[in-house]
Amino acid sequence: MDTALLLEWVIKGAILTLILVTGFAYTTLYERKLLAKIQVRIGPNRVGPGGWLQPAADGIKLIFKEELIPARADKILFVVAPVITVIPALVIMAVVPWGSTVQMFGREIFLGVGDINVGVLYIMSVASIAVYGITLAGWSSNNKYAMMGGLRSAAQMVSYELALGLSFVPPIMLAGGMGVGEIVKAQENVWFVVWQPIGFLIFLIAALAEVNRAPFDMPEAEQELTAGYHTEYSGMKFALFFMAEYIKMVAVSAIGASLYFGGYLGPFVDRLPWLGPIYLFIKILIGLGLMIWIRATLPRIRYDRLMAFGWKVLLPLSLANVFITAIIIVAIG
Amino acid sequence: MSVLNEFKAVATGMWTTFRSIFEKPITYQYPEVKRPVRTRFKGRHVLERYENGLERCIGCSLCSAACPADAIFVESEENTDEVRFSPGERYASTYEINMLRCIYCGYCEDACPTEAIVLGDNYELSFTSRSDAIYDKNMLLVPVPEGGAPTPQEVEPGAFDRSVPDMEDPID
Repeated sequence: MDTALLLEWVIKGAILTLILVTGFAYTTLYERKLLAKIQVRIGPNRVGPGGWLQPAADGIKLIFKEELIPARADKILFVVAPVITVIPALVIMAVVPWGSTVQMFGREIFLGVGDINVGVLYIMSVASIAVYGITLAGWSSNNKYAMMGGLRSAAQMVSYELALGLSFVPPIMLAGGMGVGEIVKAQENVWFVVWQPIGFLIFLIAALAEVNRAPFDMPEAEQELTAGYHTEYSGMKFALFFMAEYIKMVAVSAIGASLYFGGYLGPFVDRLPWLGPIYLFIKILIGLGLMIWIRATLPRIRYDRLMAFGWKVLLPLSLANVFITAIIIVAIG
Repeated sequence: MSVLNEFKAVATGMWTTFRSIFEKPITYQYPEVKRPVRTRFKGRHVLERYENGLERCIGCSLCSAACPADAIFVESEENTDEVRFSPGERYASTYEINMLRCIYCGYCEDACPTEAIVLGDNYELSFTSRSDAIYDKNMLLVPVPEGGAPTPQEVEPGAFDRSVPDMEDPID
């Protein structure tokens, strides 16, 4: 390993982190604007031209807010919990390639931080860590609503992670490899969503539950739990939870785009590799738009129905999907 | 097929929300664009005048008595023909409304025998201190109408001996 390679990785990692943090800020604006459009409103338009500096204003506000730690809260866990939630959200995107290779500074540079050969497994395992942060936040707050929110989130994520994991299996089988890059390359002719519409539907539902988005935002059900696991959090610690949720939205969109919609692939991308990140960006935007659109439409489902749906419908369906896909692949060869 | 129906229901909902993206926003950009108030809107009070500029308020304190929030304070003094503020015997020398207490119920309006106090259209009441919230008579009185003279007026004796004028049925 030479120094230049190490430097390249560090720079790419830093760029990815910066993009994600900026992306988080502008995802909030995107959500507020699109939600306003759907609700026949205008949305934030005061800070900067067309409201484009709103995320900066929000950030400044949150930095200057008072940081409260409730009495008899578990102080160490209370401070660590937001960090445990946000770090997996930041590192999850590392295995998703943004494009193929480009020539820069006289070397081949791969667009993407690290396309490891077990990328999908990495995604699954890292995504699961975030639930610890949420559960610990609920536990350490010394607040019954936060506690309920944390427990719900643990139960929900365990239930839906199974379906999410099984929805990763058909693309793996179709591509014959676990690296996200391999899966993207296997979609050069046809996107996997064409072969696997049910697989994509399962992925969409399970991913919404995984990132706690409406209609599966049980852990933070406002009407029942005030704000769920982050009831007692304020200032930057609250912002970290917020950041984790939105970065996970971006990450889930990127993963969905890579597994089912050809990732960075698109017209002319083989001749102009710089189009790759642009195609991926557009696909992420569409994915985020879809999530916001769903949030604007569907009401939160009841908790027992959420669990029943996860275990009695989604899990058997995804198992059957994997089974049938496997049979067809074996039969056709 | 109940599953198909469920899908149809979700699809209908998604289509409805999708359509609304292309509708024109109904938002009023408030400080720049102000929504016109309704005819019976109850905003900040004003004290009316007659065409000749005399104040309608005769200082009877009925508004103060009717006020459920005890927001109005009235003190009255005697009119003379040399120093005349309002028709009749008395006028309000002090008239104060505490806008922090007022609940904008409009009972003062109903109680007033001369239609002097009226709840107007202004709803932009914000204060930075409690004392700013007390509106005195000068702030509440409407400007002198055209052709009228400001109060106090010097009038010929015996011209304004009735406090309460003949009135028609109230209009909006």
